[in-house]
Amino acid sequence: MKKLIALFLALVLALGLMACASSANTETTTQPAETTAPAEETKTEEAAPAEEATEEAAPAAAGSVYWLNFKPESDETLQKVAAMYTEKTGVPVTVVTAASGTYNETLTAEMDKSKMPTLFVVGNQAAISTWGDYCYDLTGTPIANELTTDAYNLYDEDGKLCSIGYCYECYGIIVNKKLLSEAGYDIADIKNFEALKTAAEDIHARAAELGFDAFTSSSMSSDSSWRFTGHMANLEYYYESVDDPAAWESCPATITGKYMQNYKNLWDLYINNSATNPADLAAGGFDAQAEFAEGKAVFYSQGNWEWSALQEKGMNADDLTMIPYYCGVDGEEKAGLNCGTENCWAVNAEASEEDIQATLDFMYWMVTDADASRLLVDSFGVMPYKQAVESTNPFLKIANEYTEEGNYVMPWVTNFQPNVDAYREALVAAMNQYDADQTDANWELVKTAFVDGWAVQYQAANG
Amino acid sequence: MLKRRRDPAAVNSRLIRRPIQRMFWLFLLPMTGAFCIGFVYPFLKGLFLSFCKFKTTSKWTWVGLANYGKAFADESFRYSFGYTAIFAIVSLIIINVLAFAVAYALTQGIKGTNVFRTVFFMPNLIGGIVLGYIWSMIFDGILSHYGTSILLNTKIGFWGLIILMCWQQIGYMMIIYIAGLQAVPEDMLEAAKIDGANKWQTLWKVTIPNVMPSITICMFLTLTNGFKLFDQNLALTGGQPYIINPDGTTVHTTEMLALNIYNTFYGQNANARGTAQAKAVLFFILVAAIGLIQLSATRKKEVQQ
Repeated sequence: MKKLIALFLALVLALGLMACASSANTETTTQPAETTAPAEETKTEEAAPAEEATEEAAPAAAGSVYWLNFKPESDETLQKVAAMYTEKTGVPVTVVTAASGTYNETLTAEMDKSKMPTLFVVGNQAAISTWGDYCYDLTGTPIANELTTDAYNLYDEDGKLCSIGYCYECYGIIVNKKLLSEAGYDIADIKNFEALKTAAEDIHARAAELGFDAFTSSSMSSDSSWRFTGHMANLEYYYESVDDPAAWESCPATITGKYMQNYKNLWDLYINNSATNPADLAAGGFDAQAEFAEGKAVFYSQGNWEWSALQEKGMNADDLTMIPYYCGVDGEEKAGLNCGTENCWAVNAEASEEDIQATLDFMYWMVTDADASRLLVDSFGVMPYKQAVESTNPFLKIANEYTEEGNYVMPWVTNFQPNVDAYREALVAAMNQYDADQTDANWELVKTAFVDGWAVQYQAANG
Repeated sequence: MLKRRRDPAAVNSRLIRRPIQRMFWLFLLPMTGAFCIGFVYPFLKGLFLSFCKFKTTSKWTWVGLANYGKAFADESFRYSFGYTAIFAIVSLIIINVLAFAVAYALTQGIKGTNVFRTVFFMPNLIGGIVLGYIWSMIFDGILSHYGTSILLNTKIGFWGLIILMCWQQIGYMMIIYIAGLQAVPEDMLEAAKIDGANKWQTLWKVTIPNVMPSITICMFLTLTNGFKLFDQNLALTGGQPYIINPDGTTVHTTEMLALNIYNTFYGQNANARGTAQAKAVLFFILVAAIGLIQLSATRKKEVQQ
């Protein structure tokens, strides 16, 4: 009897396995109506049956679009745009937004599903080396022909056009001009590091009397550290790339760290001229945006996307401006803002023909339709496409003014950072030690993480 | 006579028992199915993928043992193994000693026993990530007065994690110990008393041998929990502070095995995913082996009542 039971048990186990296998099979062949996406998800498929819209514009293909969105702040707009498109053409568009900071994890999981994203974000060289195989070659597609610039496109080693920028951004130091003049300084005079340092140190010294400080807190928790390990680090990479453009055409295996002193200049200024004790920065938990919006600080290291939040908090565009990272480099009076993007669309080459076509059509519509591009531009800032509507973002306007005045743009060289998460975490760790105890020995650690860490991570990523 | 006749509709009657017996596999099926989907299939696939290079689990190329070679060669993996082992042992001792002490105190009939039991058990109901963030705020709130942070000091990071784990787990282990202590036969305790044993002798010679089954299970739980720890580690320190080696490599001084695997999988280039998978398999073997050894070792000490 016992043997019989054992036999049965084994059979049942085998049965269970078969059940698993067959369920896995059905998953790959059919398109299940409901996916179990971990992120917020709104479906628009059911919104309008295809037949209704045939008269307006016959759907070009039977495919559907699944956009795995990268910007949580734009989710609401994208859902609206998706619904608009479905209503117009009958093509189902699903927009799923990955929670902040988990794009890579979400993408990895979603790419395994039978209903994989057809439109996703591949925003830097590290992502190209991971997801390059999944990128559909966009060369010559209608959407690529709509681009006004090639500056934000990413290519793989074979020259395949993997992803195209759908918006670009600029960052630098946001300045509250009103407070600055209250402190007795004019923004027109701050054209280099010396002037910035003088103003910042004076404001910090008189903080109690003025009622505000020079810089907002530079929190090193993960919701804020990218402002320094990603954005601000760009100044170092950028000036290196100016010295040796050939080496920086693609991700260099090593960097020299020649401009580390300039990085240090600015960092020291940030942390030592703020109301926050530098030793507390590691723990984080500060809200720099609120400090700036409440008028507690004059300078705030951030990007143009902050505009909508600052506006909501009652700030006025006339009181604000953005200045470049002045860090003590020769000729920096002619510097402009850091312009670039990590927001690049890639189309999934593994998706079915119909889905790829539907996705390309959807992308084309987004940048050519006046209503859709209005919504998107208001959310993204600006879209580099011929027929897209104009931007209303004041910081992007400033970025353009710098360029028009003949200043040099500092592109986002920082996008080359190899194994970006691991690299930046090490940098954060080193900077935390430096902040708590600002000695030369500790700065050496930052330098090591910055320069040698690059080589280590490059090896890990490409070795 | 009639009354004694079997009721053909009774639950234990043949008419009902037979078909149940014959169709028992049908009853096993849901659970077995769930077990397969939730454990067997992912486990086998994970095992398989540890021999592959892959970005998504459905697209792989076979690379044999290369991933295991890389995993063993990884200095950070070896470091986190040592760190995890120390952590597991220290937390095992502290948690069990304190949990037993609390359980012992709360079985002595002092006032408010039930309230205390509830209060001690409560932290166990909070998720690890939340706990980690709450405690990081508490620690940093205190440490900022001394110009440091839990993210800046390896030792504080270690003990912070121990405190957190104790706070969370003592209540749970306490419940198991209380059940064990209440099952100690009264007559044995009485006999010891009559024989003139003092409290200390009773504890060591009568109570503890009798609660050995509880000790076995609690030690097993704390040991494997210590080795498997992930959420709390991620939320409290995230592996910080790092040692920055002169060559640019880093050692994450408070990174435990599970976090190391996670960071290998997601923090680095997708080429390392196979390596992370290999680490995960090694991790499984390790935890299973240690758990089994510990179980058999303490089982031997259990007394049969």
